[in-house]
Amino acid sequence: MLESQTELWIVVAGSIAATYLWRFLGTLFSYRIDPQGHLFQWITCVSFAMLAGLISRMVFIPVGPLIEVDLWIRVTGIMVGLIVFFLAHRQVLVGVGAGLAVFIALVSVV
Amino acid sequence: MIVLSSPATVYRRAAKDALGFPSVMLLASMTGFGSLAKESGLTLGMALSSTAGIWGLPGQVALAEMHAAGVSALFVILAVSLSNARFLPMAVSFIPLMRDGIKRFGWMFALVQLLSINSWAAGLRSFPEIEVHLRARYYVLFALICMSAGLLGTAVGYYSIGVMNRAASLGLIFLNPLFFAVLLAGSHARPAIIAMLIGIPLGPILHVLSPDWGLLATGLLGGTLAFLIHLRAQK
Repeated sequence: MLESQTELWIVVAGSIAATYLWRFLGTLFSYRIDPQGHLFQWITCVSFAMLAGLISRMVFIPVGPLIEVDLWIRVTGIMVGLIVFFLAHRQVLVGVGAGLAVFIALVSVV
Repeated sequence: MIVLSSPATVYRRAAKDALGFPSVMLLASMTGFGSLAKESGLTLGMALSSTAGIWGLPGQVALAEMHAAGVSALFVILAVSLSNARFLPMAVSFIPLMRDGIKRFGWMFALVQLLSINSWAAGLRSFPEIEVHLRARYYVLFALICMSAGLLGTAVGYYSIGVMNRAASLGLIFLNPLFFAVLLAGSHARPAIIAMLIGIPLGPILHVLSPDWGLLATGLLGGTLAFLIHLRAQK
């Protein structure tokens, strides 16, 4: 247990350091890098593809307690959130609140 | 157009801006993360350290999720780092706007840790009204309030999941992909949208092929493809 906790702390610390690296480089080069340049556009594309892939995996192949919720409920919750978000003139909290309410209601009833 | 030229008015404005929507949003989203962290086997200390240290929801969720999925350390760290790559262009575009308020530039390397999408957006919106040498004060107070809300949310989520009923607890975990999906759906940039459309099918497929490499490969393949499509469409 102690051993695995130490390992987990290393992952947490490594993640913190690896995230800070971007902040550090951004500060260092704050008047030399062109955020509109090709290199940066590519990095942005990579991070967006990865994030979309992560969400999609969390919904379609969850690893934690969401496994016990039916796939259609998970998908419905996300769809309702997105639809309400756009209908409500892109208000994030309204979309998230609607998606969450529908999800909890479906989980309670089904 | 500069209307705020004394420290007191700048601090008041920063507190007013931060205590509304940004704080509520961080409280809510970090509550989801706190619950996820608990379910993924992180201690409260690790969850709070991740919030303050990573300070970017995508990377934090990647950390907790991938650890729970049994992905090896190096791949977790790489994925967390890549999901927060946006901090580089954010810092590049933001720091020159408030550099003049800082006597020693070295301080910037500490202050940049507080940067998040909220403080970035608030700064870009309010800085034109704030005298140049006072902008850093606005940023620091605004960002500290945001981070306090985030830490509070993390702790609330961490403890709530144990005491709530099944549906509400599952809802707290579900907040993570839900928040993300809605936030990302708000992106306007075309290359980002193409990248996401490719990433959605690729993520689960590549995860099945290799849990370690899946997410990175999704980013590299999907991102590169999206970048090339975007370049081609520009011509």
